Amino acid sequence: MTDVLEHPLDVPEHGDGHLHDEHHGPSGLLKWMTTTDHKIIGLSYTVTSVIMLVIGGLFAEIIRAQLATPNGTLVSLSQYNELFTMHGSVMIYLFAGPFAFAGLANIIVPIQIGAPDMAFPRLNALSYWLYLTGSITMLAGFFTAGGAANFGWVAYAPLSNSINTPGAGADLWIGGLLLTGFSAIFTGVNLCATIFYLRAPGMTMFRMPIFTWNMLVTGILILLAFPVLTAGLIMLYCDRHFGTHIYSVAGGGVPVLWQHIFWFWGHPEVYILALPFFGMVTEIIAVFSRKPVFGYKGMIFATLSIAALSLGVWAHHMFTTGVVLLPFFSIMSLLIAVPTGIKIFNWIGTMWRGEVWFSTAMLMALGFLVTFLIGGLTGIYLASPPLDFFTHDTYFVVAHFHSVVMALVLGGMGGLYYWGPKITGYLLNERIGKAQFWFLFIGTQVFTIPQYLLGLDGMPRRIAVYPHDPQWKMLNDWSSIGAAMIGLSTLLFVVNVAVSWKKYPAGDNPWDAQTLEWFTTSPPPHHNFYRLPQIRSERPTWDYNHPEHRSLAHGDHADHGAEPSAETVPAP
Amino acid sequence: MEISTLPPQGVTTRTRRWRRLRKVVALPIAALALAGCTVPSFGAKQGATKTSRSTFHLWQGFSLGAAIIGGFVILLILYAVIRYRRKGDNIPRQSQYHLPLEMLYTVVPIIIVFGLFAATIVVENQVVADPKTNVTINVNAFQWGWKFSYPGTSAVVVGQTTQAPEMVMPVNTDVHINLTSTDVIHGFYVKEFNFSRYALPGIRNQFTLHAVQTGTFFGQCTQLCGLYHSLMYFKVKVVSPSQYATWIAGFTDATTAQAASKATSQQTSSLVPSKSTASSGAN
Repeated sequence: MTDVLEHPLDVPEHGDGHLHDEHHGPSGLLKWMTTTDHKIIGLSYTVTSVIMLVIGGLFAEIIRAQLATPNGTLVSLSQYNELFTMHGSVMIYLFAGPFAFAGLANIIVPIQIGAPDMAFPRLNALSYWLYLTGSITMLAGFFTAGGAANFGWVAYAPLSNSINTPGAGADLWIGGLLLTGFSAIFTGVNLCATIFYLRAPGMTMFRMPIFTWNMLVTGILILLAFPVLTAGLIMLYCDRHFGTHIYSVAGGGVPVLWQHIFWFWGHPEVYILALPFFGMVTEIIAVFSRKPVFGYKGMIFATLSIAALSLGVWAHHMFTTGVVLLPFFSIMSLLIAVPTGIKIFNWIGTMWRGEVWFSTAMLMALGFLVTFLIGGLTGIYLASPPLDFFTHDTYFVVAHFHSVVMALVLGGMGGLYYWGPKITGYLLNERIGKAQFWFLFIGTQVFTIPQYLLGLDGMPRRIAVYPHDPQWKMLNDWSSIGAAMIGLSTLLFVVNVAVSWKKYPAGDNPWDAQTLEWFTTSPPPHHNFYRLPQIRSERPTWDYNHPEHRSLAHGDHADHGAEPSAETVPAP
Repeated sequence: MEISTLPPQGVTTRTRRWRRLRKVVALPIAALALAGCTVPSFGAKQGATKTSRSTFHLWQGFSLGAAIIGGFVILLILYAVIRYRRKGDNIPRQSQYHLPLEMLYTVVPIIIVFGLFAATIVVENQVVADPKTNVTINVNAFQWGWKFSYPGTSAVVVGQTTQAPEMVMPVNTDVHINLTSTDVIHGFYVKEFNFSRYALPGIRNQFTLHAVQTGTFFGQCTQLCGLYHSLMYFKVKVVSPSQYATWIAGFTDATTAQAASKATSQQTSSLVPSKSTASSGAN
């Protein structure tokens, strides 16, 4: 174990029972800039990534406004290309990933496993600053003469070479992505090391909460996938500036190689994005059904299977290239439906015969469940090559992945409502939260369902105008209305944060939650714990609060056996 | 929706469970039986080629499965949240595992997946089949237009953006397509064919189209290819074999050269700047 664990915390107690929990050090801006505390870094990540969500959302609103008429003139063709490129890039690279595997994970994972901090606190700080720098670098493209990158968030070669896309915007895109890529790799290292080495005594692997399990698997996937993207980006940069011809036919290179490299990162990335949110939703559903996670071990098995399969499916993004082995990638992709289905049934099983409490967090999780089901089922079509030939690069695909990512946004919002009080010490307003949920959930469906129909009617992706097919206007208008509703829901969230600012004190465990992070104070002290309960299962806080209600296997009717001790042990 | 009604009071757990299970099993079977009469199109269309129809039927099969499974899961979710909504401060039974049930929902999806895979393979083999044929068209995509040439004849059609050049092909005939790109990646996509394929630089993509009805069908580039991607149109005109032969015969070497120079020099779309279309890729 590390140094931190070998030296018990010195906890001076004051007369009034207050614990002296702040380390001596700078405060304010200087504290924020020099901190290595995982909670502050995690909060910085969360706030920054939500700002990125707002920026990417604004791009989306402009895109939807442009498409509201067949001959939209709000933006020019080249500005439109910049907008959807940066919308996708900001949402995928700068929001969804950092929000989940760096923001909430940073805050929650150490507390969930009873650790005082991440394994490498300084590396953690470096990750954040790389991420912030990378984000600014990528967005700075808008201020260059040629505008921001405009080759789509996938940057297919040879469109992304220096002949077809000259200009600094593209280089800033590559540079920004390299920086955030390294940030992700360092976070992956940190997550794996923390989870393997800093678990509290008694916290065995199969007593880790599902969220922590999912973050471990995410960390492993990051380590497998991101270095490949980084290498691919360096080669792209060399092609652009040093004449290496790796992706250009003229020099003996292969354009499709970029797609292989990109999607070898890109498909695991889908699960790098999704697994953290699966973990959040799992925790939320269990807590607000007042039951343990149904099929806990099956859930972990499903997560591991998804991760393993995700490394062998990348070419399903390339079926229409005509140069990949269709049946292999088809069956591998179809098989992902199996562990994903297990998860969905486990979530339903968790609610089954529970006491389902419709808090905002739970509503968001249920919204996730329904939206993710739609996105998952339409994903099965795309695993079948003939159906992919039919729908590839049409709005059907756009609708499919927006169902998935909007499900993640719903799950992530659930995560903020659920864990926000632990981080800040204050609850958010439930009434505004529920209004936000309905706008977000209904808006998402109004936004995506017309897009499925547009795709089936042949509307291609990434077109700024559709003068030949004015009949697409009506469905596009509905989609734009949905996008506006989603925008409004985000606004409601900001309003909620402002309205609830330090208004509703949360207490240590406002939800009667189950996992270890709810055992400590809200917000937790500098090194998280003064005392720990005995850890006998994946939900030590529940066992401590409800010693007579431990988890039961199938057919196990009596509450017998050793009762968990209600005693606590001092934090190591 | 009847599945989400509450069970009558006083019914023992076991019979309640059995009744619920019966409904759960009966629902998809009933849906299947209903659907056996007329399978809905689920938003897709038959299309104009032989393979577009197989693809359409595969689409119907997948959609039927998705509707049944999706409907079943939605009903389960609705039932769970309505039936088990919080009513007090009770702590429910803390059951965590039910191995037989978990195995069931692992094994059944695996069987379904292999069924979907089998159907996929059957249709896929039809779609990618490459039978011998006398009609070949070389399709070359470039920023931002299309060039259709007919090897062994003098016929060439070239056009940019909203000029929407027309690819003429005979009906009820296997037509072999060689698809290439001069510069970046483009997408050859015709809605009525339920089919698309990338035009890649340096690679000759080959496939067969077999139209079963005549008519003019609109096509569009679907893979982002730069500034005028939104307007990179073309048309496919399917005609009778005799009309096709007449059309081909109408081209002489002189008309071809004229047509080609006309297409590259004269821009009907004011949007498009003059751009050299010199070929540097394969083919």
